Amino acid sequence: MKPGTTFAACAALLRRDLTLIWRRRGDALNPVLFALIVVALFPLALGPEPENLRRIAAGIVFVALLLSGLLALDTLFRGDYEDGSLEQLVLSPHPLALLLGCKIAVHWLTTALPLLVVAPLLAEMLNLPRAVLPVLLAALALATPLLSLIGAVCVALTVGMRRSGMLLALLVLPLYVPVLIFGAGACNAAQAGLAFAAPLLWLGAGLVLALVLAPLACAAALKISLS
Amino acid sequence: MNRLTLWFHRIGSPPTFYRIAGALAPWCFGVAIVLGAVALYGGLVVAPRDYQQGDAYRIIFVHVPCAWMSLFAYIFLAVNAFIALVWRIKLSEVLAMASAPIGAAFTFITLVSGSLWGKPMWGTYWTWDARLTSELVLLFLYLGVIGLHHAIEDRRQAARAASFLALIGIVNVPIVHFSVNWWNTLHQGSTVRLMGESHITGDMVWPLLVMALATHIWFFGSLFARARVGLLELEGGKDWAREIALADVARETTVAAHG
Amino acid sequence: MADFLSMGGYGAYLWPSYAVFVIVLAIDALAPRWRRKRVLGEIRGRLKRREARGATP
Repeated sequence: MKPGTTFAACAALLRRDLTLIWRRRGDALNPVLFALIVVALFPLALGPEPENLRRIAAGIVFVALLLSGLLALDTLFRGDYEDGSLEQLVLSPHPLALLLGCKIAVHWLTTALPLLVVAPLLAEMLNLPRAVLPVLLAALALATPLLSLIGAVCVALTVGMRRSGMLLALLVLPLYVPVLIFGAGACNAAQAGLAFAAPLLWLGAGLVLALVLAPLACAAALKISLS
Repeated sequence: MNRLTLWFHRIGSPPTFYRIAGALAPWCFGVAIVLGAVALYGGLVVAPRDYQQGDAYRIIFVHVPCAWMSLFAYIFLAVNAFIALVWRIKLSEVLAMASAPIGAAFTFITLVSGSLWGKPMWGTYWTWDARLTSELVLLFLYLGVIGLHHAIEDRRQAARAASFLALIGIVNVPIVHFSVNWWNTLHQGSTVRLMGESHITGDMVWPLLVMALATHIWFFGSLFARARVGLLELEGGKDWAREIALADVARETTVAAHG
Repeated sequence: MADFLSMGGYGAYLWPSYAVFVIVLAIDALAPRWRRKRVLGEIRGRLKRREARGATP
């Protein structure tokens, strides 16, 4: 691999991010623990009757993963912003959108993938019918990258703000609503025995669109907030 | 440069726009209040009772114009946001940020009046159908833009970041508008159309249209008032702003002396 | 008059709607005035501090 090429830059960035996360691999479990606790709160609040929980299981799992992802979003740029490497990234001659795409991919791998692995456990805790589980996993597999991409754009707008947690949630949740509607909608349709392909296809279309546009938007947003 | 370009640049200059907006705003408010009063009289007194909904339908004269304004304000915001991001025109930044609270106010009125209309008509204050949900999302988008604008200290950077956010959320506007066509909703479909025939009788439609005009003019009045303050905030170090600040205190002391 | 106020029994929904309309728009008209006073006060404050600083060599 020739040093100095864009490919080398992306590879170096991927290697760096993965190494940094590996050094703090305990932290990768935090979103998982959060999701587990959130899901555990619902039977405590609503009563443990399986029938009650079964009806809303898919929705609860989705919301729990969405909120865990939201908490984890902050870590996307914070470390790099604090030590100045984010500015170096923005100044680099390589396409910023591509570099950010790599960062977002690593972030998804390390925060959302563990959540996907634990999703069947969460579904089981809420008595989700076994037949719906594949649909739930498919919907989550399409929705979580979409959430990471949309979230990255909003985090780029608030990077550097000290207490941006609440503001970030306010900015990002209206944009998350359509993803949630389609994702949970697919699961609820499958649970009711109706056709569920359409919402999944919409999620897929949104994901493809976001894969192309979100890194570009994220780059523009970073340039605005770091200016 | 030719006269049109000269006029364009002059309008965009903060002290000039401050003066023009200051002259226009009271007129806009006045005309809007008069038209609004005429529309309310038409809606509450002149318009006949609806055979299906009785007198409850009269909420339409508040609910629908505010709903139209909630979308119009966002489009106005988005257009100015685009200009602000691409051409970095200060006035566009200020106009975009000034229109956000007005849009949020209209969206809030739409949601509350719609909720109060829904209770007698549908039996519920709220339902999660496509139109109501997307209008609620619109309110959150407005609040997000306002919140982001407040959170950043540098006013120009704040306006640019909030403008960027507004442009990302623009996709919600067609969703709100077309929601009643795309999904099976509890909310009724469109009765007043721009092109083609409207499904509403004459005596009921003219107060609606007059109120729509009144709210549009009110929007611009409020926009001018807020844009003036926005310009003062942005240009606080400049001479023209300082003169106004000092003149303001002189006026206040004379008022206090005579009062 | 009583008929007008009750609006065919729907008065309890109609009049609060109109009230919210008027009140929210009134706040919308007044809020810029309050902010304007505050901003002008801030500008004057900054001027004073700058002059005070300029007075000391």
